[in-house]
Amino acid sequence: MLVGAAILLAFQLGADWLATRFHLPLSGPVLGMAALTVALAAWGRTLLALTKVSNVLLKAMPLFFIPAGVGVIVLSDQLRAAWLPIAASLLGSTLVALAATAMVMKGVAKLLARARPGSKPSP
Amino acid sequence: MKLLWSTPLPGVLVTILAYAICLRIQRRARGHAFANPVAWAIALLVVLLAVTKLPYATYFASARLLHFLLGPATVALAVPLARELPRLRRLLWPIVAGLLAGNLSAACSAIFLAKVLGASRSVTLSLAPKSVTTPIAMGISEKIGGLPSLTAVLVITTGVIGAVLGPWFLDCLGIDDPTFRGTAMGVSAHGLGTASIYQESSEAGAFSGLAMGLSGLITALMLPGLVKFFGL
Repeated sequence: MLVGAAILLAFQLGADWLATRFHLPLSGPVLGMAALTVALAAWGRTLLALTKVSNVLLKAMPLFFIPAGVGVIVLSDQLRAAWLPIAASLLGSTLVALAATAMVMKGVAKLLARARPGSKPSP
Repeated sequence: MKLLWSTPLPGVLVTILAYAICLRIQRRARGHAFANPVAWAIALLVVLLAVTKLPYATYFASARLLHFLLGPATVALAVPLARELPRLRRLLWPIVAGLLAGNLSAACSAIFLAKVLGASRSVTLSLAPKSVTTPIAMGISEKIGGLPSLTAVLVITTGVIGAVLGPWFLDCLGIDDPTFRGTAMGVSAHGLGTASIYQESSEAGAFSGLAMGLSGLITALMLPGLVKFFGL
């Protein structure tokens, strides 16, 4: 577990530094996730200590969003003045994005499966 | 009381308690999507803060330890992601197409709805990047002329909306494949959507984490041009 935790923190720290140093349009944790994925794929094995600590963190991940989420209590004046366009925009665009992503992905997967009749169809 | 709140104890404790209670309720509701524990725990704590008149800054400082763990948890998404790489490679083009469609439609519909309903320029620009993860969204917002602090609140609210409505909405659309469900959640509701869908299956969580990361990149590259297109 400890080795796994150290790996996670090291990747986040390194990625944080890179993102700040080179003004990348990515956040440290997201870049760290990408780098660790590449590292794990290149290594081609699984590390039990890392898998264990990751499972614990991912299982509890929703909890970690709560402190920031309670921040909605600090409603700015802008938010109060424009609540209708904001609410409509948030709700509408979230549903549109969900539908567009899933439908386009499903459609393209189907097209590709049809174009390659010999291969196993995508799930 | 003030002295007590200057330590991580009360903040972490009330947050864990609120989450534990809401997890219980979700289990009681047999995992119904609208019983999303994050949404209800946030609501519970907002009420608690309002009733006790505790300043949000004091609560956040005390609960910061939990907030900190968001970083390592995001990096930890690499583990299921690496496991899903073979499948991911097979689904490369569907994913690329889905990500482009999702990011483009999320930003366009957010800008369009805000503009039509009369939001000011700065509010509209703060709304534009709200589907991507908080630090990236705040950076984009600043770059295109929005208000980063307003964007932060909008991003979290989007995440809650996506986590609550997402799984239900995808059911309505008949999308049951975990790879499609995960990708859609990651595009539309960033980390909060990812954390929620991971509880459904680690496979969906892996695709959601990937979609969240790539969406941050795509939206960051796409939005400046899109803002010009909308004449903002």
